[in-house]
Amino acid sequence: MHKRGAILIVELIAVLALSPALHAQATPPQQSDVAKTHRAAVAPRRDLSGIWDVEDRMAGISPTGVKSHAPFTTEGANIANNVYKPGDGPRRVPIGLVNDPLDGCDPAGFPRNLLFELRPFQIVQTPNQLLLLYQYQKVWRVIWRDGRELPKDPDPQWYGYSVGKWVDDYTFVAETVGTDERTWLDNAGDPHSSEMRVEERYHRVDRDTMELTVKIDDPKIYTEPWLARDKLRLKLLPPGTSTMEMICAPSEAEQYKKMMANPLSK
Amino acid sequence: MRNRMLGIFMASVCFLAVAGSLAAHHGAAGYDMDKQLVMKATVTDWLWANPHCFLTYNATDDKGKVVSWAAEVSNPVDMTKRGWTKHSLNVGDQVTVTVRPAKNGAPVGQLLKVVLPDGQTLIGWNPAVR
Repeated sequence: MHKRGAILIVELIAVLALSPALHAQATPPQQSDVAKTHRAAVAPRRDLSGIWDVEDRMAGISPTGVKSHAPFTTEGANIANNVYKPGDGPRRVPIGLVNDPLDGCDPAGFPRNLLFELRPFQIVQTPNQLLLLYQYQKVWRVIWRDGRELPKDPDPQWYGYSVGKWVDDYTFVAETVGTDERTWLDNAGDPHSSEMRVEERYHRVDRDTMELTVKIDDPKIYTEPWLARDKLRLKLLPPGTSTMEMICAPSEAEQYKKMMANPLSK
Repeated sequence: MRNRMLGIFMASVCFLAVAGSLAAHHGAAGYDMDKQLVMKATVTDWLWANPHCFLTYNATDDKGKVVSWAAEVSNPVDMTKRGWTKHSLNVGDQVTVTVRPAKNGAPVGQLLKVVLPDGQTLIGWNPAVR
C-alpha cells in the first residue's frame, strides 16, 4: 500500500512537471523543466516565421494592465485620472461607467494588441516584410524591412507604421510611430499620445522559444521610456495549429451590454 | 483506483490551466465575490458570442415568482478549451446553475457551473479566480 501511494505521488509530480500551462501559472515564465533536461534545438538564422503563443497564458492576456510604467507627465496623469475609465487595474470603475473603447468594438490598436489579449499569432516573412497575423480581433500588421524610413509626419493609424531590421542573427527590432491616440495601452486605461514611439524586440532564444520586449517612449505622457513587456517568453506552436477567430462584432457587443452590463450598472 | 485518482488530478490540472482569463476588459467589480446562488433553471437562450458567452434562463424565486436571469462566462475561444460548444445548452433544457450574483440585486451573474439533465457538469467561471 505504501509502495502504491509512493508511485501515485511520483506520477502526480511528473504530471505537474510536464504540464506547461500549469507550470506557467505557478511560476514566472522561465524555461520549462522538460526543456531544461533536453538540449534545445538551435533556431534558424534570421527567421521568426511560425505560429507563436505566450508561454504564460495569463501574462499574455494581462487582464489588469501592465505590471508597472514610468511616472505620468501632468498631461498623462490628467488623461489617466480624469478621462479614461477602465474596468480593471488600479483606477477601475463600476462597469456602467467604463469607457474602454474596446467595449464598443473599436480596434485594440498598437501596442495594446501586444499588452492585452496577446494570444496565438503567426509571423510570415516575405523578402521585404514581416507580416503578423493575430488571433485576437483577427487583425494583421506589416513591419517593413526593405530599408525604408519611418514617415516623418504620419496620419495616425490604429496600428501605426512599422519598420524593422535584424540587429543580429537572432534578434529583430521594429520601430513604430503614427499610432492613433484614441487607443489605450492596456486594460488599466494607461494612455499614450500620437507622438509615441514603440520598439519591439524579438529575440529568438532557440528553435522553440522567443522573447518579446516592448519599449514605450512617449514624452508627452510618460516622464521616461519604459518597458511594457520585458522578455516575455513565446513558444513555437506546431505548424498545423489552427486558431479560432476572436472578433468583436458590434451587434454582439451591444447584446452583451444590454443583457449583462446595463443591469449590472443600475 | 490509481488511474481514477490520476484522472481526477488531471481534470483539476486542466481546470486550473484554463481558469483565470475571464475578466476580459469589462472587470468583475459588479459581482458579489463572496456569494453563490444555486438555482433550478430552464434555459431560454445560450449565446455563443464575443466578448463573452452568456446563458439566459428562468428560475423560480423563494416567493414562487419566475425570474429571468442572465449569467456570463468567457469568450468562445476560452470556453472551447474548457469543453464547451455552441450546442452545450439548448432552449428548454432543465439544468442546475450556480452563479455569483450581482451586488446590486439585478438578476445577472457570473456563471460558475451548470449541471446538465444527464448529470454532466460544465465548469464556467472559476470561483477561485477573482
